[in-house]
Amino acid sequence: MADTPLMTEHEEGLQHQFVDMEQQRNAASLGMWLFLATEIMFFGGMFLAYLVYRYWYYPEFAAGSRSIDIVLGTVNTAVLICSSLTVALGVKAAQLGKRKTLVTLLLITILLGLAFLAIKGIEWYDKFEEHHVPGRSFSAQDLIEKYPQIHIDPAPTQIYFSLYFAMTGLHALHMIIGVGIFAFLTYHAWKGRYTPEYHTPIEIGGLYWHFVDIVWIYLFPLLYLIDRKPLK
Amino acid sequence: MPEHIISSKLYIGIWATLMCLTVITASVAFIDLGPLNTVVALVIATLKALLVVLFFMHVKYTSEKLTKMVIVAAIFWLLILLFLSLADYSTRGVIHAGMS
Repeated sequence: MADTPLMTEHEEGLQHQFVDMEQQRNAASLGMWLFLATEIMFFGGMFLAYLVYRYWYYPEFAAGSRSIDIVLGTVNTAVLICSSLTVALGVKAAQLGKRKTLVTLLLITILLGLAFLAIKGIEWYDKFEEHHVPGRSFSAQDLIEKYPQIHIDPAPTQIYFSLYFAMTGLHALHMIIGVGIFAFLTYHAWKGRYTPEYHTPIEIGGLYWHFVDIVWIYLFPLLYLIDRKPLK
Repeated sequence: MPEHIISSKLYIGIWATLMCLTVITASVAFIDLGPLNTVVALVIATLKALLVVLFFMHVKYTSEKLTKMVIVAAIFWLLILLFLSLADYSTRGVIHAGMS
């Protein structure tokens, strides 16, 4: 018994419980999609809270929504879409085994992710300046003066900004984690760990990045756009 | 079966479409469409999400039916959460009015 080796020769990077590389890839991708399904429910609770409160306190949500910088929001959406393109092209570079292209695209993705966070930081800074952060220093006085057409109650206006900070904050946390993951991927890509046969981490990391992009694709209209129409 | 490799041209086409949709949705927000503002914004967002999922996330080209089932189930679950909860909250006034 000791003479016959238990291990058989197989492709490099193939775990022995899988039949072939394709099965291994599909299993990893399925696992990632299951994780993303839980993430949908995680963010889903916040989206639900937003919709219910918006239904209850529509004037306050309309006023709060108007106070957020739409230009910064749109630029940030564009930044994320560009980063999704660099990720998609990066996965392709990994599939083709182009190491240098992969590393470059991963680095651009990290830069775009940091740009997104910086712009989000500017937006939050403005909110602190305007006393729109829920808490003791909160004030909706500027909104009440600016929009005399709508009746604004300061208390529910705080709910809008609580949800704004919670949702953009949770999204930003995902972006920070994403930048961390991509830093890890860049290092290993630079070391030449990923080949056309084995690049599952790039594919999986890409799925995560695109998912975070999709969350923003929904946050953008809900927080910035839908209450923007001219007041009568 | 080897992985399906999508051409860079298609990726850039998807990117350009996503950018155009972003500009359109941001511009339309300033036009008063009544209750349709929300509908238009969410339809465009869903269109964008669909492009990202199908092409950037390779779902259009996957042969794994299990993966597709997980995605459909996740969306279905989210819709249960949203629709049943909103059905509750949006009809509470109606029930109170009927009881008094």
